[in-house]
Amino acid sequence: MSTNGMSDWAVDLADTAAVYPLQGWEVPMFIIGLIFWIWWHWAQLRQEATEIQHETEADASGDAARDAIDRY
Amino acid sequence: MGNNLDALTTLFTEFYYWVTVVFMFLIHVGFCLYEVAASRRRNHMHTLMKNTMLIPLVTVTFFFFGWWIYFAFPNGPFINGGINFEGATAARPWDTSMGTNLQDHISGVFWAAFLLFSWTAASIVSGSVIERIRSGAFWILAVIIGSFAWIIDASWGWHWDGWMVKLLGYHDAYASGVIHAIAGGFALGILVVLGPRLGKFAADGTPRDIPPHNKWLVTLGLFLIYTGFWGFYAACNVPIISPEAIGGQITGETWTATNIYLAPTTLSAITFNFLMSLSGGLMMAYIVSKGDPFWTYSGGLAGIITASAGNDLYHPIQAMIIAAIGAWAAYKLHYWVERKFKIDDAVGAVAVHGYAGFIGLVIAGFVLWGQPSSPYEGYATINPLGQFAGAIIMFFVLGFLPAWIGSKVLNSMGLLRVPEKVELEGLDFESEQEYQAAIADVVSAEKALVK
Repeated sequence: MSTNGMSDWAVDLADTAAVYPLQGWEVPMFIIGLIFWIWWHWAQLRQEATEIQHETEADASGDAARDAIDRY
Repeated sequence: MGNNLDALTTLFTEFYYWVTVVFMFLIHVGFCLYEVAASRRRNHMHTLMKNTMLIPLVTVTFFFFGWWIYFAFPNGPFINGGINFEGATAARPWDTSMGTNLQDHISGVFWAAFLLFSWTAASIVSGSVIERIRSGAFWILAVIIGSFAWIIDASWGWHWDGWMVKLLGYHDAYASGVIHAIAGGFALGILVVLGPRLGKFAADGTPRDIPPHNKWLVTLGLFLIYTGFWGFYAACNVPIISPEAIGGQITGETWTATNIYLAPTTLSAITFNFLMSLSGGLMMAYIVSKGDPFWTYSGGLAGIITASAGNDLYHPIQAMIIAAIGAWAAYKLHYWVERKFKIDDAVGAVAVHGYAGFIGLVIAGFVLWGQPSSPYEGYATINPLGQFAGAIIMFFVLGFLPAWIGSKVLNSMGLLRVPEKVELEGLDFESEQEYQAAIADVVSAEKALVK
C-alpha cells in the first residue's frame, strides 16, 4: 500500500533518497499545483471586480469619501 | 561526552534546542498581541494578563509533574504496559538531571522545548474565551491542558515508544493533533459550558459579528505566530543522531536528523513543506473569506496545521494542496458551528487549530498509508483508521472531555464566568477607574505648580 516504496526503515540512509509519497507522479502533481495557482488568480480577479463595482456604486453624494479623506 | 565528536554533537544539540525555544517565545508574543487586539478596549489588561500568567503557572507545574508524565505514560498506562517509572527517573523534579549538572546538557533545553509547546496549547485556548471567563478559572484550565492533557497525548502519540505509535501507526510529526486538535477540542469543551459573549447572538439566534478593536494588530499577532512556528517545527526534530544511537532497523553509518519518532527527515524537507503549506493555506483562505485579513492570516496558520502531521514526508505540492483543503474546511466549519450550535469562539481557534488539526490527521492516514511510523520493528504502519482513531483521542478524549468536565466543576462553584454586570462594564472597569483618577490627580497637581 505504501506509495513511497517503503514499508519499514530497514535501509542504509547512504542509499536512500526521496521518501515522499506518490513518487513517479511528480509531473501530475506539478500540473495540479499550476492549476491551483491559475485558479487563484481567476477567483481573486473576479472577487476584486465585484468589490470594486460595489464601491463604485456606493456613496453617490461623496460624503463618505470626504469623511474618509478627513480621517486620513 | 566521550570524545570531541560526541562533545560537538551534544553541544550542537543543546544549542539547537535553545534557539528553538527563543523562536517559540514569539508564538506567545503573537498570541498576546492578537488576543488583546481582538478584545474590546474595556477588557484589554485582563485579556493580556490572562494569557501572560499562564506562562509561570504552566512552567512550574510542567517542572513539577508534566515532564515526568511524558516519560512515565507512553504505555497509557495499562494499554500497552504499566507506568514506566524507570524511564521517567531523570524527569522527577528532585532528580539531579533537573538542575545544574555538567554531565547533562540536554534535559534543560529539551524540557524547555516541550514546555513552550505547553504554553502554546494553553494559549490557543485563551483567545476563544476572552471577555467573559474568570481569569482564575482559565488559569486552572490552562494547567490542565498545559501540564496534564497535552503531555499525556504527547506520551501516547508523540514519543518513539508511545502506544498509539506502536499499535495504531499514529503519525503526527509536527503536531496537527498533539498540540492543535487537542487545544481546539479543549477550547470547544470550555465554550460549550461558558456560553457566548453578551450580544453575540440576536434573539432569533442569528450570530452578530463582534469586530476586533484593532484589526491591524490582530494580523500582526498572527504574523508573529508564524515566525515562532519556525522554531516549533525545528523543535519537533532531533537535529543529529547516528543509526547506532537510534538502535532501530536503520543500517549503515549515515547520521541524520529525525522526527520525534526517531524516523529520518531533514530540516530542508520541513522548510519546503512549511512554506508551501503556509502558501496553500493563505491562498485558499483569501478566496474563501473574500480577502478578509483576519481569516486570511488564520488560514495560513490552518494550512500549516493541516499539513503538519505529515510534513516530514509530504512532497511540497502535496503539502500545499492539503493546506488549502484545511484552510477551506476551517473557515466553513467555524461559521457552520457558530450558526448551528451557537458557539462563540472569539478568535476562531477551535476551527483553525481543532478542525484543521483533526482533518490533517485523517488526510495523513490516506496520503501516507503503508509508510513506516517508526524505525523500530513491530510497529503498525501509518493507516487511515489509526489516524482517525488518533484524531478522536486528541480532539475529544484528551481535548474536549477534560475541558468540559473541568468547566462544569468550575461553573458549579460559580467560578467560571464573570457576572453579567461586570461583563458589560468591562473586566478592566475598576483598574480603569483608578487609572483615570490617578491621571486626573497628577494633572491637576502639575497644573497647580505652573506659575
